[in-house]
Amino acid sequence: MASVKKLPDNLTELEKVGMRPLLQTSRWFALALVGLAGVVVWWMYAYSVQLRGGLAVTGMRDVVMWGLYIVNFVFFIGISHAGTLISAILRVTGAGWRTPITRMAEVITVVALMIGALMPITDLGHPERALNLVIFGRYQSPILWDFLSITTYLTGSLIYLYLPMIPDMAMLRDKLPLTAPAWRRQLYTMLAAGWRGTPTQKRRLERAISIMAVLIIPIAVSVHTVVSWIFSMTVRPGWNSTIFGPYFVVGAIFSGIASILIAMVIFRRIYRLEAYITKKHFVYLGYLMLALGVIYMYFTAAEYLTVAYKLADNDRQLLTLLFTGSQAPWFWAFGVGGTLVPVLIVAYPRTRTIPGILVAAILVNIGMWLKRFVIVVPSLQVPLMPFDFGRYQPTWVEWSVTAGAFAGFILIFALFSKVFPIISVWEVAEQEEKAARTASRLVPAPGPAAPREGSDV
Amino acid sequence: MENHEGISRRGFLKALAGAGTLLAIPAVPGLLTPLFRRPGPGEAVAYRDEAAAAKGTAASKVAGSKLRQWAMVVDLRKCDGCVTIDEPPQCTQGCIKEHFVPEGQKWVQVYQRELAGGGSAFMPTPCYQCENAPCVNVCPVGATYHNEEGIVLINHDRCIGCRFCMAACPYQRRFFNWGTPELPPEARFASYSPEYPVPARRGTVIKCMFCAHRAAAGKLPACVEACPMNALYFGDLEEDAATNGVEVVPLSAFLSENNGYRYKEELGTRPRVWYIPGHGETFDRLARDERPLGQSKW
Repeated sequence: MASVKKLPDNLTELEKVGMRPLLQTSRWFALALVGLAGVVVWWMYAYSVQLRGGLAVTGMRDVVMWGLYIVNFVFFIGISHAGTLISAILRVTGAGWRTPITRMAEVITVVALMIGALMPITDLGHPERALNLVIFGRYQSPILWDFLSITTYLTGSLIYLYLPMIPDMAMLRDKLPLTAPAWRRQLYTMLAAGWRGTPTQKRRLERAISIMAVLIIPIAVSVHTVVSWIFSMTVRPGWNSTIFGPYFVVGAIFSGIASILIAMVIFRRIYRLEAYITKKHFVYLGYLMLALGVIYMYFTAAEYLTVAYKLADNDRQLLTLLFTGSQAPWFWAFGVGGTLVPVLIVAYPRTRTIPGILVAAILVNIGMWLKRFVIVVPSLQVPLMPFDFGRYQPTWVEWSVTAGAFAGFILIFALFSKVFPIISVWEVAEQEEKAARTASRLVPAPGPAAPREGSDV
Repeated sequence: MENHEGISRRGFLKALAGAGTLLAIPAVPGLLTPLFRRPGPGEAVAYRDEAAAAKGTAASKVAGSKLRQWAMVVDLRKCDGCVTIDEPPQCTQGCIKEHFVPEGQKWVQVYQRELAGGGSAFMPTPCYQCENAPCVNVCPVGATYHNEEGIVLINHDRCIGCRFCMAACPYQRRFFNWGTPELPPEARFASYSPEYPVPARRGTVIKCMFCAHRAAAGKLPACVEACPMNALYFGDLEEDAATNGVEVVPLSAFLSENNGYRYKEELGTRPRVWYIPGHGETFDRLARDERPLGQSKW
């Protein structure tokens, strides 16, 4: 990556902050990219081993026939809800503080969806027949619902990511230093789509973004609902549940917020965004995470208590496995470490600091990954016929694919931040202007403009 | 057993079939040939036309115009898990031989179930060919389906290997070829069809298919034929008759009189396999007989 030492002088401070990561890359960052790429290459190697040997190289067998791939699938589709919540819901409700973090959130959505969608394909016995879903697709199958809703969500998220980037693309087209590589200018010129910032263009863009923001919310809700229905359309213990739709949606938003909090800490640090992403943002999002965590605990209690009270035979076997059996460490790590502790960290004012919230967010993401594991695997272990519990021990191939998926996620995210500004420069500027106007109205300033608007504040 | 519409709806036919069955008992082989003959194209047109059917005799009806609806009955009074003859379960064994079942899979598996007061009973489990089959319902590409005779088949040219059908099956009756199946050389010469999925293919789901290929050829399923205790009956719900190769029974009456039930009936899957409760007492196996099941040889 060509390094440009000095940014042009005609930029505002905000534009400099937005442009600097595109032109300057630290050695540590480059090193991290190489490391991530190495893990991704290892992922490709592991998958090639699986393509040659078939799924026999995994730990999955006839009884426990789904494993880490499906766990990762649910996890990544879950964190893809970061973008929708932060961006769309906060936009629809007019929460102005969202502007410095919307771009990050929307990128998480797109990248998590791409990685997540690879997981079930990795899980297929015949990946080369994946197109059969289009050719012979049966709309009665929950897998087809997933296929449709995830592709719709990915398309919608890409549009929703792109639209608010247009003014920034134009800014880069116009203000990129002449020393920057030519491909960048071409790329930004193309993506700017002739943006001149005229009032008509602004009006249309605002309108398009608002429409997408409203559209994307039900699509996102539908995505994680139908992911959960893959499980709850069966009669398996632990899956045969009516609340799985909302349960999964809440869990998805919960882990999505945690993901964006982690991304905020990292980008704030390496791209020096302290002036824009402030403690306020962490605290507000922390509150949201706390609220979702409490709702998730409520759902968890509702789910397990209603089953545990009746104690049908298969359910008893499942609950024994989860509460005191071989899966208990994971279950309690999720229940205590992944929900209760993070909620307490955010609730308690003395730990409600940026490092504290970061720890909580990491705990939530680990906990939610484990939660997906204890949803998928133990339910399959419970014997449906009179025989012993099923066993599942993931192999190095599955762990490599899992590590690769996470590395790939971070790598694409990091590369994106090197090509496009990771904060929405024009929206932050607009928000700052708005804040300045409000401030000037609150403090009666001498001048001709003050009397007209002063009374309605 | 509240759900018998497939049988009792045609009470009149049932009586006819029963009468026909009684007449036919001395001539079992003669009956079997038409019973397992597959109706050709166009033959099925009037099979629900009871008035037309009533004009003929039971025998002509068998020869004529019906679609088979295959079913199985497992008489657990006769099933001793082959422990009294000190063999691995012969149904499993016969199935493995017939289909070159890949190593590790038991399409017809014999489970040992605990009895209420201690002791155990054996339970052979083919695919139940559910009418409301969860596996068929969830398949995203229609690779698993009911054929017109009610058998759940798998099209291995279409199966994408997602294993959702296995997750959905409440009876654990589906298997996956995780790697390239280990098969004897002669399996390579078989010509594949969904009715006879040999040789098994990597990356696809496979299971018992009621020996659809044998039924088409007028033969009993391999497990039924292999059972030394004659505990397995194969039959036709339309015809309301079933046979274990030795005797022919009027299916619905046989089930009612012997307290037939279906496994996990409460799930509403409506299996096409019924059990007659028992623990091998016909062959003097005691409920508390401790002898274990023999290991099936592949």
